[in-house]
Amino acid sequence: MHELAVTTSILDLALQHAKKAPITDVHLVIGQLSSVMDDSVQFYWDIISQDTAAEGSQLHFRRIPAEFQCQKCHARYPLRGEDFTCPVCQSTEVSIVAGEEFYLEAIDVDEKESIR
Amino acid sequence: MKISVVEKILSANDRIAAENRTHLDGAGVYSLNFMASPGAGKTSLVEQTVRGLKDRFRLAIINGDIATSLDADRAEAAGAVHALQINTGGDCHLDAPMLQGALKEVNLGEVDLLIVENVGNLICPSNFQLGTHKSVLVASIPEGADKPYKYPGMYRGVDVLIINKIDLLPYIPFDMEFFKRGVEALNPGLTTFALSCKTGEGVDAWLNWITLEVETLRQPSVW
Repeated sequence: MHELAVTTSILDLALQHAKKAPITDVHLVIGQLSSVMDDSVQFYWDIISQDTAAEGSQLHFRRIPAEFQCQKCHARYPLRGEDFTCPVCQSTEVSIVAGEEFYLEAIDVDEKESIR
Repeated sequence: MKISVVEKILSANDRIAAENRTHLDGAGVYSLNFMASPGAGKTSLVEQTVRGLKDRFRLAIINGDIATSLDADRAEAAGAVHALQINTGGDCHLDAPMLQGALKEVNLGEVDLLIVENVGNLICPSNFQLGTHKSVLVASIPEGADKPYKYPGMYRGVDVLIINKIDLLPYIPFDMEFFKRGVEALNPGLTTFALSCKTGEGVDAWLNWITLEVETLRQPSVW
């Protein structure tokens, strides 16, 4: 449900960086813990980007899986199911080291169009 | 042509959250953001907190809800000096601009402690910073012990955890060790209070913690 708010923020950021050049592609990096649904964002994108420089552009999602790192043996392992303990040494002293990414990485713009 | 951006998607929200914090700091108001699933006891905790601290601090409550002003009414009845309802009209979370708008309607000079009660939801509110000093997650025994595993994003991003409805522990299977193991992995050393808003058990420790937080903000350390 918060995907509309998220999509609006993506559009604002993309338009601001495109400086009026037509946007063809938008590259997003979304960690597993950020709880955003790709399909839902794309759905809103197609609607709210109409009549803007981003109309018809394609969203690309780079999904980053959530990962723990063990503080004892330093093993890295994915967040999975209902057991967060280190699979190597069974330590419970662990910390999240990946999966919280939530940013707009880059946009592609049509240079020829932007010169006109 | 590729243009590198590398900017947080909610950076506009985060900037307004920072403005909210500056505004609250300037007014000397300590603020908390209560988040929880519906029915965990956010409003009951607000009531207990207002009743327990109203003789010491002037409290304001800002409630985010899809509709109705029932929660703000309960906060006012308990003794809050201001109780303001934000009806989000279907939105599943509060964001920093909504809080900014609400703060304009509160005379912060008359307030020591502000509690923002977020919309009941374990997913969306965790993405949107408001600018409050600390965020508080209210979990409750009947929800089950698996919630940290199912909603890691929410448990990850909070400063304080309340485990409410501990009076129900004799009646409901709740594996506290399993629950705490999940919480500790996601948020090591998280400040936690186990309490019952119904019986009052454990509420004093929570009130003492807030009192210390408010006084620390208002009287900068002499060291």
